[in-house]
Amino acid sequence: MTVTEFVERPFAKALVDYAGRNERVVCVTNDLTKSVEADLFRETFPDRYFSLGMAEQNLAGVLSGLAREGLEPVYPSFSVFATRRPYEQILLNIAYPNLPVRLIGFLPGITTPGGVTHQANDDVALMRGMPNMTVLSLADATDVETLTGVLAEIDGPVFCRSPRGNVPRLFDDPLRFGHARRLSSGSDLTVISSGATTEHSIRACAAIGDAGISVSHLNVSTLKPFTDELVIETLANGAPVITAENHLRSGGLGTAVAELIADHGLGARLHRVGIRDTFTHGGRPEYLFAHYEIDDVAIVNAANELLGSSVQFESTVAGGPRRTTLAASVNEGL
Amino acid sequence: MIRRRAFDVAVEHHGGYLIQACSSADILATLYVELMQLGPGADNLVPPRFNGTPGTGVPEHWGGVYNGPDQPTYDRFILSPSHYATAVYAALIETGRLSSDALTDYNADGTTLEMIGAEHSPGIEVTGGSLGQALSVGVGRAMWRKRAGHTGKIWVLISDGETQEGQTWEALQAAAAFGLDNLRVLIDVNGWQVDGPMESVMPVGCLRDKAAAFGCDAVEVDGHDPAAICAAVLSADRGKPLVIACITDPTTGFPALKERDDAQTHFVRFRPGEAEEYRRSSPLLVGVGR
Repeated sequence: MTVTEFVERPFAKALVDYAGRNERVVCVTNDLTKSVEADLFRETFPDRYFSLGMAEQNLAGVLSGLAREGLEPVYPSFSVFATRRPYEQILLNIAYPNLPVRLIGFLPGITTPGGVTHQANDDVALMRGMPNMTVLSLADATDVETLTGVLAEIDGPVFCRSPRGNVPRLFDDPLRFGHARRLSSGSDLTVISSGATTEHSIRACAAIGDAGISVSHLNVSTLKPFTDELVIETLANGAPVITAENHLRSGGLGTAVAELIADHGLGARLHRVGIRDTFTHGGRPEYLFAHYEIDDVAIVNAANELLGSSVQFESTVAGGPRRTTLAASVNEGL
Repeated sequence: MIRRRAFDVAVEHHGGYLIQACSSADILATLYVELMQLGPGADNLVPPRFNGTPGTGVPEHWGGVYNGPDQPTYDRFILSPSHYATAVYAALIETGRLSSDALTDYNADGTTLEMIGAEHSPGIEVTGGSLGQALSVGVGRAMWRKRAGHTGKIWVLISDGETQEGQTWEALQAAAAFGLDNLRVLIDVNGWQVDGPMESVMPVGCLRDKAAAFGCDAVEVDGHDPAAICAAVLSADRGKPLVIACITDPTTGFPALKERDDAQTHFVRFRPGEAEEYRRSSPLLVGVGR
């Protein structure tokens, strides 16, 4: 798949548009204003912008106070600083009182070269474990542009993973709360992806489809609550399932799908493509996706393993050819 | 030379943490050359490739070995803001602890010389890229060394921006409570953070006075004056942690940095031709051909 359109900093404009429609929207940052595309908001609505510095525990309490004043505070940050660092302050001061605070987590998973301190590989797991919290994961520019339409529907707190900067457009239809997107239909294999792995999954599914295997591909953007009828119906056909996520294999999309399969007694075999139980290091995202095996090649390898097939696929995304069925050598070779 | 190497990295790798090197170069040079009692560095001057994070079952590398063996008689150096890693790599090169061509591997796929260092990176002992946390680790090490009667000191370099994190003050409170006169905290007071001048983002006031109020022996010096930094260490009070607020200018060596937009200073990415302007106007590079 070739992405034909990229949108530059879609969040910056979406946030300003939202604040233009909703005067309760305020924005708070932790010394990352331009990095999280809140600079346009700062210019446009200086009276509704607050710089709190690098002090995220205090900042989380401040978000609670602003929300208790009747406002709808948006805190865009790097995902590690929107989840892990001020975790208890969010849990007790925002989630427990069920306040309409919007935590926007950029650089989710290993989409940053910043190493373990900047890589939020656990953010979905952390926030799924918080009652009242809605968890979203965006995959493309359309998702980012239409996020605020979904935010307006949700009374309580929201955590949303988002891409930033130059963002590819994959979808035409707007983001819908609680509804996955169906990207292809098929009966031999189901692929469920989220966030940055969706682009990889689209390429992988094309290769798998070309080999004569019929694939259902769903993109999930609402990770909690996870009650989507489309997902349940798709799982019910009993075909083997691959989940793909830019996150630890535990606690994120793969876990949510496993729970759904178990809860509904569906008995589909599941292969979770995600970061194994390890910390990660810094590097280009293309390299990291290959090194930690959450890229298009890893998804095709998973299909071959589940189906006993031998679909050949070569990725050049990592800067050098990386082929399927070489999984054992991948760790040494890169 | 630390500044020059950081500049070259920023040019060759299409961006880098340059102002951090410009503000801290003299502090790091003073620490490595004059103040710290470090043992011999790693045998292998060529840093190893990344080999896994701690606990993954592979023999992981610890960047601290480049600061000498981890023994009670030697000092330890903890860099808190890992964004300063480039400056530390350069300091290690200049003190013969790292091969002179090590920076060619800077931030390449699979290297340990990462842009934001982790504790597998040369000279980086604590993974401090999430700011305001490493000082507490230094307090822990100093507490035990004091209690056990070990002579090696603990040196921690923090940045002024990090003092916005409340944990900094919890750490100093504990350091004073335990009378950690084996702990020496140097603050690079360069006045800048990602969004721009700290005064416009979140002012922190006078760090010397705040540290003194927390029970530390606190002094303020010119952070570009090695003799002043050394004098502050020599005259330190017994029985208290020492905090040296080193007032620095993050444009030192590259005055053209003064012309940058506020939000494009924390991480410097040169426009086409801009690096040449920096070279022409830098007193560090007079007569240096490239």
